[in-house]
Amino acid sequence: MQHPQPAPIAAYDEMLDARGEVRPHYQAFSQWLSQQSADAMAARQIEADLSFRRVGITFSVAGDEAGTERLIPFDLIPRIIPADEWQRLDAGLKQRVRALNMFIHDIYHGHDIVRAGVVPAEQVFLNAQYRPEMQDVDVAEDIYCHIAGVDIVRAGAGEFYVLEDNLRVPSGVSYMLENRKMSMRLMSEAFGRVNVRPVAHYPDLLLDNLREVAPRSTDDPTVVVLTPGMYNSAYFEHAFLAQQMGVELVEGQDLFVEQNNVYMRTTRGPRRVDVIYRRVDDDFLDPLSFRADSALGVPGLLSVYRAGRVTLANAIGTGIADDKSTYQYVPDMIRFYLQEEPILANVPTWRCSRPDELSHVLAHMHELVVKEVHGAGGYGMLVGPSSTRAQVEAFKERVRSRPANYIAQPTLALSTVPTYVESGVAPRHVDLRPYVLCGKEIRTVPGGLCRVALIEGSLVVNSSQGGGTKDTWVLGD
Amino acid sequence: MLSRTADNLFWMCRYIERAENTARMLDVNLQMSLMPQDAATRDGLWRAVLHISELQHGYDARYPAVTPLDVLHYMVREPANPSSIYACLRAARENARAVRGSLTTEVWETYNATWLELQRHLQDQLPERSPGKFFEWVKFRAHLARGVTIGTMLEDEALHFLRLGMHLERADNTARLLDVKFHEADVDTAARASEFYRWAALLSSVSGLEIYRKVYRDVITPDRVAELLILRPDMPRSLLASVQALTGDLERVSNQRSAETERRAGLLHAELRYGRVEDILRGGLHRYLERFLDRINDLGNRISQDFLVPLAA
Repeated sequence: MQHPQPAPIAAYDEMLDARGEVRPHYQAFSQWLSQQSADAMAARQIEADLSFRRVGITFSVAGDEAGTERLIPFDLIPRIIPADEWQRLDAGLKQRVRALNMFIHDIYHGHDIVRAGVVPAEQVFLNAQYRPEMQDVDVAEDIYCHIAGVDIVRAGAGEFYVLEDNLRVPSGVSYMLENRKMSMRLMSEAFGRVNVRPVAHYPDLLLDNLREVAPRSTDDPTVVVLTPGMYNSAYFEHAFLAQQMGVELVEGQDLFVEQNNVYMRTTRGPRRVDVIYRRVDDDFLDPLSFRADSALGVPGLLSVYRAGRVTLANAIGTGIADDKSTYQYVPDMIRFYLQEEPILANVPTWRCSRPDELSHVLAHMHELVVKEVHGAGGYGMLVGPSSTRAQVEAFKERVRSRPANYIAQPTLALSTVPTYVESGVAPRHVDLRPYVLCGKEIRTVPGGLCRVALIEGSLVVNSSQGGGTKDTWVLGD
Repeated sequence: MLSRTADNLFWMCRYIERAENTARMLDVNLQMSLMPQDAATRDGLWRAVLHISELQHGYDARYPAVTPLDVLHYMVREPANPSSIYACLRAARENARAVRGSLTTEVWETYNATWLELQRHLQDQLPERSPGKFFEWVKFRAHLARGVTIGTMLEDEALHFLRLGMHLERADNTARLLDVKFHEADVDTAARASEFYRWAALLSSVSGLEIYRKVYRDVITPDRVAELLILRPDMPRSLLASVQALTGDLERVSNQRSAETERRAGLLHAELRYGRVEDILRGGLHRYLERFLDRINDLGNRISQDFLVPLAA
């Protein structure tokens, strides 16, 4: 194969050090890779694409012609994380999710953190993501974010940062699992040489986690996965998780509420449902309480939920904690609730709602990444350094007209991993989304979804913006 | 099992079965049209294809005349024709996709790969270049879909609903095929020499020619063809075999609402099981088959109501 070149800009290369030497944790893999002919690797790549399409691991792109299904490109070269790095990440993730969960509970109960002056009242109560319906509602085991996806990036000389917390309906875990299956199939000899920790037990952990939060004491709680339906971009994942857990995949029309219980319609009559792993946003869950035009939800669900007779995972109202304007308070939440110092750092963030910070952002926009507070999926953001003058000026106008809607962060030189591109193998920027399960204890699987920006120099890894994925190998001790 | 899931499974199987039957019918017609015959007979053959599936109106709205090429196009590629191979395989795959969690990976992949390959074959003009090869491909994809289903699925409700769809559709399709071919024989006064080929073609279309030889060891006569395709329990595509399987599947999924449906299926089964071909022919085969199709249709509706359509609480 072509020898990988170090990244041209000052980004941390996960595989090669500054002198172009292979880092110790990549050596076994790199040795194996150097013995593979370019043809053999190209054949593997073709096989990967074919089999992803055959298995139907596709997603539909928003705004694209209806029914168009696309593959997310899969790159063979894994992101490898050494044992000690993972240990620290793991501890940091668990700490962060524990604090976030306590924050949500607090926000919907006594508001201690507001009264202590750590988080301003307007940040919480004037936020569109605050759900007054949830005030003083008790949820099973006080757990709100049962499934969290925390986006981690590595920048500068190799420091980890949390880029954002995803506490509503984080997706992508099926790719983590399918990517592993694929790389084990296509590069089985490499697994013989590298000690990779497994991730395939994630669905079992998830099912355990969901059963733990059932509202009634029963030996056999009924868990279902609620999907918006087969035209949702993440439908494959919903079906995949339901199948892997051995539970029903339901749509809103399959559920109904009667006498303060939720039932599903089966061929043998109604069956009571205890836990709903919902992949439908808050707004669409119950047309009686939220959006009346939603056909995806279940009329009356909210009242059953508030009465504590069904568990929703994740809970309603978690958006208050993963909102981009709340993000900057997370380190203080960790200090406040856990009396610990945060293990994982935040990216410095300017809030455009503050006049002094707004003027800084406007003056330096060409250097910054500017994001919408409620945006997701890489839409509605500006990457200053890779934008034209006109784009920057136009974005300034948008920020000026609604400053509270935006935050800004320095443009991080995300770390890179060698990646197959048309011209051979070249460094491409990556991020990492590990999944954190929050039940009676907090659990992770060693790994996550590694997304890679396939376009040279691009820092946007979202699949909707032309990103691909890699398998993530966490090494055993 | 979720009612909606059962509904998707039921239709998934019906559609692949229908795609197969469309391919069988077109294949036989194609072979028949190679026989020496006059233009009117040939056109009649192709009109019959449309007649079997009650598609004359849809066809006439799109094409000025019945020509082999246009009928093939309509029955193979036309998305708006619910019996076209394209529409059936697409619907089968869409139904499979909606319940992929209830299918084994192999079953889902078979349906998905069939759909993907179909698109490639259509793009490569396979049905036009080499129709026989294309129909063979459709048949074998259906064989594969059934084999993978039986070979990998747990024998539970999901499988029972799959088989319900398959057998209901098969009973319907065999009855239609028989009806049209016998109807042709009534109106057609052409030389008796063509008789042999007519019945041979009908038998081939249900993979029954070798079976006929094996069972009767004699010349092909219309009443035996009718007997084989209606009353033989060991002929896999016969009406009796399909209804017998259907009745068994219904008993296995039985619920509090389904007693009447089971009774009607059982009655139909008993009539076929103890029926005699002389009696059927005496009363008129066409009338018999029409009544049979009505009853199959009624069973389909009742199955939907008892099991599949989401019930109000």
